[in-house]
Amino acid sequence: MTTTRGNHGYQASEGKAPGGPAPCNVSVPGNDPTASVDGNLSAPPLSIHDMTVAYHRRPVLWDIDYDAPEGKLIAVVGPNGAGKSTLIKACMDLVPRASGRIRFFGLPFARARSMVGYVPQRESVDWDFPVSALDVVTMGLYGRIGWLRPVRRRDRELARESLDQLGMADYADRQISQLSGGQQQRVFLARALVQQARLYLMDEPLSGVDAATEQAIIELLRRFRATGRTVIVVHHDLPTVTEYFDHVILLNMRIVAAGPVDDVFTPENLQKTYGGRLTLLDEAAQALVGETSPP
Amino acid sequence: MIQWVHELDTWIVIAAVLSSVACALVGCFLVLRRLSLMGDAISHAVLPGLAIGFLLTASRESLPMFIGAAVVGVLTAVFTQWLVRYGRVEESASMGAVFTILFALGLVMIEQSARHRHVELDARCVLFGAIEYIPLHLVQVGPWLVPSAVVWLTVVLAMNIAFVALFYKELKICAFDPALAQGQGIPSQFMHYALMAMVAITTVASFTSVGSILVIAMLVVPAATAHLLTDRFGWMLILSMLLAAAAGILGHVGALTIPSLLPADSPAFANVHDLSTSGMMAVCTGGMFVVAMLAAPRRGLISRALDRALLTLRICREDVLALLYRLEERAESGFEDHARLAYDVLRKSLGTSRVLTWLALRGLARRGLIRDEPDRGWRMTDAGRARAAQLLQSHRLWETYLNHHYGLIGPRQHSAAEKLEHITTQTMRGRLDDELSRPRLDPHGRTVPRPDGT
Repeated sequence: MTTTRGNHGYQASEGKAPGGPAPCNVSVPGNDPTASVDGNLSAPPLSIHDMTVAYHRRPVLWDIDYDAPEGKLIAVVGPNGAGKSTLIKACMDLVPRASGRIRFFGLPFARARSMVGYVPQRESVDWDFPVSALDVVTMGLYGRIGWLRPVRRRDRELARESLDQLGMADYADRQISQLSGGQQQRVFLARALVQQARLYLMDEPLSGVDAATEQAIIELLRRFRATGRTVIVVHHDLPTVTEYFDHVILLNMRIVAAGPVDDVFTPENLQKTYGGRLTLLDEAAQALVGETSPP
Repeated sequence: MIQWVHELDTWIVIAAVLSSVACALVGCFLVLRRLSLMGDAISHAVLPGLAIGFLLTASRESLPMFIGAAVVGVLTAVFTQWLVRYGRVEESASMGAVFTILFALGLVMIEQSARHRHVELDARCVLFGAIEYIPLHLVQVGPWLVPSAVVWLTVVLAMNIAFVALFYKELKICAFDPALAQGQGIPSQFMHYALMAMVAITTVASFTSVGSILVIAMLVVPAATAHLLTDRFGWMLILSMLLAAAAGILGHVGALTIPSLLPADSPAFANVHDLSTSGMMAVCTGGMFVVAMLAAPRRGLISRALDRALLTLRICREDVLALLYRLEERAESGFEDHARLAYDVLRKSLGTSRVLTWLALRGLARRGLIRDEPDRGWRMTDAGRARAAQLLQSHRLWETYLNHHYGLIGPRQHSAAEKLEHITTQTMRGRLDDELSRPRLDPHGRTVPRPDGT
């Protein structure tokens, strides 16, 4: 279940005073640490404990335990249907979990919202929707603006700066269906940027984009890392993992291996992740969930 | 011709406008969330809520009826999601199951109430509305006598406007990207149910004016029309309301005038004395949608056809130039082409239609790129030659590029380059040239022209 309203809902723990410095400039190191009211800064950006997710009695993710290191670019890699997107969505309460505990900077998601940014798959929204690129980026600020308050000029300027950083300033007023796939992805990234999160979860941001967009996105990820932010990226392109990422999670229903790319991204582990049939343990798991999970 | 009875027709038009505007505003969100069917479902499913409210108060417009409807409206949305989640059916099937069951339940309740309580909630009135009778139920509001339906519709429209104005950005983000909304702590699920409650209340308020079937047209069609006409969310809301208001007015005026326009002696129309206002309103919205579909600025069929036609014409003009350039090249290398380059000759070599070729030649001549010389036929001017050289440069660079990277040869390479040459900009040409390290000849051994002096 998701927490909807309450003392830590919308407009949550954003401690920024209005009129503060333009928070859009990623070259300013991190968020002001004092701004995050009760986050434990020594706690990992994302900590998953014993998480299981099932769709209609079929386990999708099984027994996930993971602590993300801070300030790293982390790739989530695995075959189709391995549960990569589900891993991210389950962490953000977008799909229900059968069990498990998730903490962001030591806090449950409902209280850590302002510190977590999400970039969904491009196909997840209707690109015919009557909004401009600038509107979409501004939406990243709605939570911070809060209930019953209009979008102000300052918010739009932040959004425009953020579009500019992704080389999209000229397209700010275009209706979003008139953008190319790569440009649409950059709009999503600009929206993530304007959110000023400390941890980003991105679902296949590099899938189906042109070379220029890929470079722009990688550059942005590196700037995020340089300012101490953590980025977890669902990634499909194995050859670029070593070049782009510091850590990797090899996922196939369970975490096969996770850690620094140099240690973990080995042929044996890849074979285990992508290789053929389910292991005996997974089959047993499937049978078990089929027996016991609630309908 | 129009017999306008102030006490009747003015109130009817006001009721028609109020209800269609209220429907259009919430309808925009249904259309954008691809939930148009939800309007259909809710407008039917509210019947049991309506019946319970009616049984309690025996009045056709009352607070309990609205509350009952709002509750059942939200329940429809909740039940639908339950069925999707636990029944493993797709959303439209689940919606269909929920609303037909609720609707049937409502019908049974209405029939029972009619039998036992001797009060009547006419099913026909619920289905088709009775806007013509609205002026008959007057209530005192301050110094004025106002039809009660108008009072209710005003309240509901004001609620809708207030709801959308207060939660404008929340409704917008939840409609566009519920996951993002959820991530920022905006309760998208709650907003969804609130919206469904508003749809239910609006639907019920509109029953007396347009009925539960035509209300679907008022929910969906003005919003869909506005979506065709604009690229901005706020404008879409405003436009849909304006269109809906226009449909309300035109609908009633049409219902009054059209019977008198029909030939009275024709047996086909002998029995047509009046038309239903609500029916005409729906017809008007339909007409507006068709016009928008044809004539909308960017998405309309006409503008799209026009864009295509203009593109075809431009390509034809460029093909004429390229052809003339190639003929000149051949003449220079010794093959003197003595044929007079008349319009028919060009048309045959290009394989284009008469009209298109004629238009293309006119267009080129008007731009000063070619001129018709008395004995030699169509020849390029210097400006035309420069433009043609650019096209040939693009063409031959693309052929080289395709040959180099994909090993394409012969006709396939030519036809691909033939398409690409028309969309190649100067910067693209420069990049192509650089990447291929400025080849002097193309794969067929023909010179790559460089008119830009590079």
